Amino acid sequence: MVTEKDVEHIGELADIGIDTSELAIFTGQFNAIVEYFDVLDRVHGDDAVARDLYNVMREDVVEPSLSQDEATRNAGAQEDGFIKAPRVM
Amino acid sequence: MAVHTINFEPDDRYNAFLKVCAKPSHSEGKLAGIAVAVKDNISTQGIETTCASKILKGYVPPYDAHAVGLIKNAGAAIAGKTNMDEFGMGTSTENSAFGPTLNPCDTGRVPGGSSGGSAAAVAAGMVRMALGTDTGGSIRCPAAFSGIVGFKPTYGRVSRYGLIAYANSLETIGPMATNVSDVSLLMSVISGNDRKDTTSYDKPYAHTPSADIKGLRIGIPEEYFGKGVDPDVGTVVRRAIARLEELGAVTVPCSIPSMEYALAAYYVICTSEASSNLARFDGVRYGPAADTKKSWHAAYQDVRKQGFGPEVRRRIMLGTFALSSGYYGKYYAKAQVARENVRKDFTRLFSDVDVLCGPTMPTIAFKFGEKSDPLSMYLSDILTVPVNLAGIPAISVPCGKVQGMPVGLQVMGRPFEDERVIDVAYAYEQAVKP
Repeated sequence: MVTEKDVEHIGELADIGIDTSELAIFTGQFNAIVEYFDVLDRVHGDDAVARDLYNVMREDVVEPSLSQDEATRNAGAQEDGFIKAPRVM
Repeated sequence: MAVHTINFEPDDRYNAFLKVCAKPSHSEGKLAGIAVAVKDNISTQGIETTCASKILKGYVPPYDAHAVGLIKNAGAAIAGKTNMDEFGMGTSTENSAFGPTLNPCDTGRVPGGSSGGSAAAVAAGMVRMALGTDTGGSIRCPAAFSGIVGFKPTYGRVSRYGLIAYANSLETIGPMATNVSDVSLLMSVISGNDRKDTTSYDKPYAHTPSADIKGLRIGIPEEYFGKGVDPDVGTVVRRAIARLEELGAVTVPCSIPSMEYALAAYYVICTSEASSNLARFDGVRYGPAADTKKSWHAAYQDVRKQGFGPEVRRRIMLGTFALSSGYYGKYYAKAQVARENVRKDFTRLFSDVDVLCGPTMPTIAFKFGEKSDPLSMYLSDILTVPVNLAGIPAISVPCGKVQGMPVGLQVMGRPFEDERVIDVAYAYEQAVKP
């Protein structure tokens, strides 16, 4: 059973910004969906990722790419050709 | 190379387009002068790309998706960007931040989703072809609901570079058109290796459809005609399969036991991947700007609350929950085992049969607002998600009507046997051609 407090906590972790007025409806929907997910309890075995994988990474090679202007053009807040972000401290 | 332009002034009464390019230019090539619509989660250089979300309003990509570059090089004219469920999250195109797309077959019904705009643009004759994306059925569902052909290629056969990610391990770009030959033609342009996508596979598609299916073995999974599937839809699809038998195919009854939990596994995996992928939308690099005077938590929460619609917020939270400490083992880890079981079921069946056939969707297109609670909407994806979990190719081809609405026949094939899947759809289409 997922509680409103759980949903509030998850909303905080996901930076989704939940109003207290939204908690009841999200919690109700969450419980219906999570209850449906419980069918996964009937899944047996634990061999999920036995695949033939190989490394496709390569050494980094510098190639022509976006200009600074192109790369920053969509940013809402800029200063001196750099992207401005909210304060972290 | 000579550059030409075409006039593109569609009567978009169905809200299929979020952005129309009125005089698109084009070069020479296989697709010379053909207007192609592009789903709005596929990056187009210089053309606003929003994923039908307010959080990307005003975003103009500085580069083309690999598939877009390929169709432009082949001479296609980019006709515009099509409506969709926000970030691909939905089965009806009702989750667009810019209003739903209407089904051209009945404007009181949804066109399917999430590539509903692409499907409607093709079905209404506004464009000959369109690009869609399919994460859990988002090409095949709207193709079935709107009466056109939609193809989900094998995972890895079409580059995902420039496709704005929702659930990377499941999604692919694919072609949509009114007929199988055009779907095949568009597929031949967009497939092939791309080193900018590490999951890209070097197996170009260069195929001309063949209608010869004599001796083909078709598995009929009982789950595709079972609980939750409208019996009238089942009857129409069985009649289509009988047609394939008349063409020399042999049918074999079979079963996919893992379908019991495939849908739950799909929703755990796609929401988990979404919670990670959509973390990048924070109002810093693109979209409406974050308030840089606030602390970053507060600023991000403001932007994301305003910018994301309810379904996107719900899926981000579900994924965050499924990956959170204490629940990871119960949900995400189990879903990965379930996914492997789905793959194993397909592998077992494909050792005996060449393709599997069944309905694409369990019902005809529903009415607007009919699926108001999220879980009932999720349940409509039951017949399309197994294909994405296994990464195999599948097509939806129109095969008749119920209550005047189109029904899709789904053909699923072995990994990298996209050609065979196309051939089966083509054989059916040619056999019923008036």
